[in-house]
Amino acid sequence: MPPTLPKKMKTANDLDGKKRRHASAKSVVNSFVVKHRPFSFLRIAAITGNTLTELVRLKVFYFLLIFALLLIANSLFMARLSFQQEFQVLKDVSLGAMSIFSSLLAIVATAQLIPRDLEDRTIYTILAKPVPRHEYLMGKLAGVLLLLALSILAMSALFLVLLFVREHILVNETLRATASLRPEQIQEALHSLKASAFNANLFPGIVIIYLKAALLAALTLLISTFASSNIFTILVMVFVYFIGHLEATAREYWLQDHSSCGWLVKAFLALVALAFPDLQLFNLVDDIVAGTAIPMTLFTQTAVLGCVYTSIYLFLAWVAFQGKEL
Amino acid sequence: MIRWAIIFSLLLAFGALRLSIEDALTEQHRSAYFHQARLGLDLREQIGQLGFLAALSGFRSLVADVAFIQAHVAWERTEWGRVLLLFREATTLQPRSVLFWDMAAWHMAWNASVAASHDPFLTNNALRHKAQDEYVALGKDFLERGIKNNPDRPQLYESLARLYKEKLNNHAAAARLFARAAALPSAPERDKRFAAYELSYVPGHEREAYEALRELYDRGEHERLPTLCTRLKYLEQKLAIPLDERAF
Repeated sequence: MPPTLPKKMKTANDLDGKKRRHASAKSVVNSFVVKHRPFSFLRIAAITGNTLTELVRLKVFYFLLIFALLLIANSLFMARLSFQQEFQVLKDVSLGAMSIFSSLLAIVATAQLIPRDLEDRTIYTILAKPVPRHEYLMGKLAGVLLLLALSILAMSALFLVLLFVREHILVNETLRATASLRPEQIQEALHSLKASAFNANLFPGIVIIYLKAALLAALTLLISTFASSNIFTILVMVFVYFIGHLEATAREYWLQDHSSCGWLVKAFLALVALAFPDLQLFNLVDDIVAGTAIPMTLFTQTAVLGCVYTSIYLFLAWVAFQGKEL
Repeated sequence: MIRWAIIFSLLLAFGALRLSIEDALTEQHRSAYFHQARLGLDLREQIGQLGFLAALSGFRSLVADVAFIQAHVAWERTEWGRVLLLFREATTLQPRSVLFWDMAAWHMAWNASVAASHDPFLTNNALRHKAQDEYVALGKDFLERGIKNNPDRPQLYESLARLYKEKLNNHAAAARLFARAAALPSAPERDKRFAAYELSYVPGHEREAYEALRELYDRGEHERLPTLCTRLKYLEQKLAIPLDERAF
């Protein structure tokens, strides 16, 4: 009979082998598995990209964009007045269209983000993975902001091309009409024409339009965290939009000493002033078109205020969404 | 429920924090000539509830443009009363648009006033003159209010100066307004010249006008325009400037 190894010895050898195999397997796994981080830009970027793709695929946004572009194009043919009048109407209509469509897009696009994810049950798939809720919200908002940026860029590009084309045509017409005049007079006419066409202050005006839309998107996200449907969110936001434009009036009236109004009126004014954003501060294009120059400090302060509003509303949306039962 | 109370409290706290900041920022906006429009109840009666709502919701400029285009159509139909009302709306909604003030004043002081002087419904010349003067006053009023809203721009000073010169025959006021326009940083060079021309017509200011015109003349060929030379020559003769000091 062949000699057999003692039982104790055999067990020890087996255990060593198991330990070695386990250790090597663990090292292999560790080399592939990335440690979970509490905050990741990559995860946010993935949600942003996905949100943007979802929104771009919705036909309603193409419709809005085409409508905005048509309105801008239409403004070109609307006024058959003098060149100053024509440029003023063109700029007013174009920037007004940009403002309304970017605001509408911000509200409509954001209002349906969470309800749609709940309906499609994609939210459960995302949040079941190690994705914190604040990252989910940040990704969603960033997707909308990206869409807004692209829309405003497209509208601005079309507007500036129209403005340039009209200016070019009118410069040629002026040169033909003033051919018999002295060179100084021709230069003066051209200077006057160019001054009423393009104005560098239009760019800060467009940035402020974008910031207003971003603010509205963040506020819509906050409302949608507790809203039961996207229709409710949109309706609430329409009211917020109108009241937000009157907030400055309510604030002024509240802060000034009006002894004639009762405590109920004062309480209502205080509520409007404290709870609603001041959207009138972001309405600078009206005066920019009329030729008012926007100082750099004023633009920076307004832009910072817009960013602060967006950040605070996003934070409040996170507070609301954090404890929400899905 | 507690979560919503916390959120609402945070929202109000943020509101309280931004209150003074927004108030200060609004003041800064106003001092930089933003948000000058005063949208009162009288305007609501003029433009209607829907237009007023649009104006309050950030489409003030668009509503003003619509009023302006309607005023243009009313002018083509020579409906002067309607032109006046629509221009009042447009200028109230967009007080920073120099174009609106200028056009309103031009329609009133030039077009409507001339139309009034040929109005077949007015029975005699006295009534026609009265109507004419009233339209000129309306034009003047538009320009004066326009200047109050746009004190930093030379165009309306120029227009008011032209109105004083051509419609009211007040060269002293015209000279003063051209000089005020010339003092602004964005003023064209012609304003200084025009101020000197107008001053040359004001009795008792000949010496002052002569010095201003001579200074311009000495700047070089580009300032030696026909009107300047004519007025300078006239003043040299009137003031009996010594021959060796004369330009002509």
